[in-house]
Amino acid sequence: MLDPKAKLSRKVFSKDIDQVPTRNGYGEGLVLAGKKNPNVVALCADLTESTRTEAFKKEFPDRFIQIGVAEQLLATVAAGMANYGKIPFISSYAAFSPGRNWEQIRTTVALNEVPVKIAGAHAGISVGPDGATHQMLEDIALMRAMPKMTVVYPGDSIEARKATLAAASYDGGVYLRFAREKTAVFTTDKSPFKIGQAEVLWQSKEPQVAIVGCGPLVHEALLAAHELEKAGTGSIVINNHTIKPMDEHTIIRAARTCGAVVTVEEHQINGGMGSAVAEVLTRNWPTPIEYIGMPNHFGESGAPDELLEKYGMKAKNIVAAAKKVIARKVKD
Amino acid sequence: MSKLDIHQLEKKANEIRQDLIKMLVEAGSGHSAGPLGMADVFTAMYFNILNHDPKKPMWGERDRLFLSNGHIVPIRYTTMAHAGYFPRSEIKTLRKLGSKLQGHPERVRIPALESTSGPLGSGLAQAAGYAYAARMDAKKFRTYCICSDGEHDAGNHWEAVLFAGKYKLSNLTAIVDRNNIQIDGQTEDIMPLEPLTEKYKAFNWNVIDIDGHNFQEIIDACEKAKAVFDRPTVIIAHVIPGKGVSFMENLPEWHGKPPNEKEAKKALHDLKILAGKIKSKHE
Repeated sequence: MLDPKAKLSRKVFSKDIDQVPTRNGYGEGLVLAGKKNPNVVALCADLTESTRTEAFKKEFPDRFIQIGVAEQLLATVAAGMANYGKIPFISSYAAFSPGRNWEQIRTTVALNEVPVKIAGAHAGISVGPDGATHQMLEDIALMRAMPKMTVVYPGDSIEARKATLAAASYDGGVYLRFAREKTAVFTTDKSPFKIGQAEVLWQSKEPQVAIVGCGPLVHEALLAAHELEKAGTGSIVINNHTIKPMDEHTIIRAARTCGAVVTVEEHQINGGMGSAVAEVLTRNWPTPIEYIGMPNHFGESGAPDELLEKYGMKAKNIVAAAKKVIARKVKD
Repeated sequence: MSKLDIHQLEKKANEIRQDLIKMLVEAGSGHSAGPLGMADVFTAMYFNILNHDPKKPMWGERDRLFLSNGHIVPIRYTTMAHAGYFPRSEIKTLRKLGSKLQGHPERVRIPALESTSGPLGSGLAQAAGYAYAARMDAKKFRTYCICSDGEHDAGNHWEAVLFAGKYKLSNLTAIVDRNNIQIDGQTEDIMPLEPLTEKYKAFNWNVIDIDGHNFQEIIDACEKAKAVFDRPTVIIAHVIPGKGVSFMENLPEWHGKPPNEKEAKKALHDLKILAGKIKSKHE
């Protein structure tokens, strides 16, 4: 059943659940952060509207800097501004930032220890018709390998707003990952959110599998838990929005309780959130894991839902993975 | 800090070059030609041009000096030690385990080092971002950025040239270490940069070409830059790589290696007699 502490939307299993893109939450959070702290500035690489930086630009025209189609410049100008004392948010598509400017982020933000907040929009396969060039599926791996970098992937637009606001006052570099399409708004204003703290959203009485997700697919994980429960299989669903630093305690506790884990993300299986979970568990509580994610492929053009279907990232795939991993459990 | 006059600057630059040679031979790796070529510019910056206080290194109104071509940082370390940022004895720790004098500079390890650099092409953009932020807050200090000629091969550098031109960052002065060499050879063979002056002009910059070994020209150019209010200034400092050590001058092979003990002895001899201009007193 839903964990009451998570204070999720009453419509979480309803077909008419609100649908809003997570990038909208970024736009709202950025304005709130700007109101709270006059040092917050926003830089954008010629994608002001689609990254939802537009609202900040309107509210604080003197604190918005147009960079042009130059993602390396985006990161390095921001690094200089952060070095001075500003808190820059840089927005582009994830394929370009951190995709194209990774070295600049490594040297001038992370190693340089300055607080640049990197907003990667249009991440994941659900970018849809734009095709593989714009469907960033390697950014979590890129960013979580970097020392002194925090990686947050909000599950819905409300959480995206909270994460953006939290990032403004969080130490050092933060990577925020957003989706293009409308996705289910399963949290509420009252749902807890803290960078570095995973949230248990679903807790069955006798859970047999822990489903650890991040990003909008957490909603698919909840749908899967609902299906599994109806079929008599208990589970725990964790919204693991902070991939780095990971809430190891919550992950290990769920693995110990269930003895089997499914990870769910719109990212390459190689090097993603699931890999990070595996790193934690192999050191602390070795547990069989099944991974939902991109299996070493690039994407392609198509409708978002068609692509999620084709590459096996829907609730039914999570259900199948749960059954498979439960069958793999080490018997005493 | 009180300013040194031209004669004192010349003497100081020679002392700094000697310490640089000692530093490089002790480290056993690192770059020789670039740091020697920029010894006069760094001496002029720290002992005449910059508004700074080594006793209060993080003083908020200090001029900021960014170094984009991080591989020539030994000359910055040596000059900063001479200026009093840290003891001169520490220069022998360059590139050694536990030293704050990293092979390439890391901002967080030394107060007022200002930037972390090494990967080329990214320094000017950071300095431009810094200058932009300082202007937002109506700060009076200037931001300087020393760049190499070789890093003009990088797109990120030209992006920054566009940016500073667009936003008319007149509180920013770039100084180009125009020594005509890079690791693989002559800049004009690797990827021709000329006409460099005209390129900067076309990007809406104020351009001043100088002899980077003439202290009066270095100081005058930095002063002239302060009088320009509608554009950033670039000072193209024409320098001789390896300057002051006869057998290193103008040779790309000295770009990326330090002298051995025997070569260091010869280099120090060269510096002490100013390439034969004065009679040796040290022998």
